[in-house]
Amino acid sequence: MLEALQYEFIQNAIIAGVLISIAAGIIGSLVIVNRITFLAGGIAHSSYGGIGIAIYLGIPILFGATIFSVIVAIIIAMITLKDKKRIDSIIGIMWATGMAIGIVFVDLTPGYNVDLMSYLFGSIIAVPTSDIWYMLGLDVVIIALVTFFYREFLAISYDSEFAHLRGINIKFFYTLLLVLSALTVVAAIKVVGLILVIALISIPTYLAEIFSNTLSKMMFLSAIFASFFTLSGLSISYMYDISSGASIILTAVASLVVVKLFKR
Amino acid sequence: MNNIIEINNLSFFYAKSKVLENINLTILENDFLAIIGPNGGGKSTLLKLILGILKSKKGEIKSGFESNSIGYVPQNTNLNINFPITALEVVLMGHIGGKRPLFGYSKDEICCANSSLKQVGMEDFSNTKIGNLSGGQRQRVFIARALCANPKIILLDEPTASIDVLGQTEVYELLKELNKSISIVVVSHDISVLLNYAKNVAHVNKNLVYHTLDNVQKNVQNSNEHLCEVELLSALSNNHFPGCNHEH
Repeated sequence: MLEALQYEFIQNAIIAGVLISIAAGIIGSLVIVNRITFLAGGIAHSSYGGIGIAIYLGIPILFGATIFSVIVAIIIAMITLKDKKRIDSIIGIMWATGMAIGIVFVDLTPGYNVDLMSYLFGSIIAVPTSDIWYMLGLDVVIIALVTFFYREFLAISYDSEFAHLRGINIKFFYTLLLVLSALTVVAAIKVVGLILVIALISIPTYLAEIFSNTLSKMMFLSAIFASFFTLSGLSISYMYDISSGASIILTAVASLVVVKLFKR
Repeated sequence: MNNIIEINNLSFFYAKSKVLENINLTILENDFLAIIGPNGGGKSTLLKLILGILKSKKGEIKSGFESNSIGYVPQNTNLNINFPITALEVVLMGHIGGKRPLFGYSKDEICCANSSLKQVGMEDFSNTKIGNLSGGQRQRVFIARALCANPKIILLDEPTASIDVLGQTEVYELLKELNKSISIVVVSHDISVLLNYAKNVAHVNKNLVYHTLDNVQKNVQNSNEHLCEVELLSALSNNHFPGCNHEH
């Protein structure tokens, strides 16, 4: 197995897996404690719209998806800040609309019939070096912002009413969180796929929460767990020649079941 | 005694329905004021107006200090108990919004948070996850958070709503201790418990009726035993001010 490490695509896959795990661990923890997993899922799926438009216009897919999903995140933030009660309907609507836009634009693209479904599980084995730079940049931005605004993020996540009372701009931080979630999702989309990023946001964080008494510890542990699942899933996928995305998710779920059985 | 908050002719509307009408209330230095009244009577709205979360177009609220030097303990501290946060971090939240260091928390802030925890008798639990504390302990941590702002007054919204009897007593004993230097305002249904601690009572049901409690306590024969709301209200009504407008 070790001989695999000499191939550049395997090296890229390992680097990409760790980089995306760091982003998913940090942002995923914030998403989980704010109970907006469904919202992150909505942004993830609606970013299909950006992929479709990018293919139609012939611009880089990562660029198109980034712009589109950031806009979606800001729209969702504005609507949900106004009317929190209907948050689930609104996410459902954005989710479906984004995917429909993506499909229509791919249909309209002459002579190019890409299967949008291939973005669901992605392919970690085929990560281009440009995506790695994008993820590295994203990790730096996320770590910088979350470290700098840690007390604010913690306060709005735990008790937003009190944070508001103390003069924290909760709308700004809520929007920032959604935009960072959108960027994380987009970084993962071509690499590991939509389904996997939702799994990476929810499974390691859920596990990390059990062992954490602080949010920062939860973020750190989530990133470690996510990296572990990604790398071991990747090895399994290489050994048995099965889909990397699915093996990563199943490794994570299996670990979750084992931990839940022994630690209640 | 000095007035620290003075409310004059305050009215408040949600959409078109009037929630509070012509409220006049003075909160004194070292006061222990209980705000009672039926659900939907406007108790929490009044609290939010004092805190500045809500703004009213009619009437005025005068206080001799910035609104962020009012300590506030919210109603539902039992929510979000799985959240990975230690007692110390909850107390440190009391510092946000003010001057901040570049990263994390400053030494002064941590020191102040620890002494607030000590003040409420929770110093041994500073690294405990908030969800692993009992209801009464958690409530004391939230009082410590309010203390961080060095407040002249602390407002508590239903502080004992979902904690056991022992926890309730602990919380009220703590408030009694703090009351030596800080004014306390408690919105509550636990009238019987409150009666042993409060100095004044404001009954809010759209209108506000104010009572000083030392007269009321005389009207209640056995204040040590549990006392139902009806008995208390009848005791209060014996204490009517002339021209006072009760709406029950």
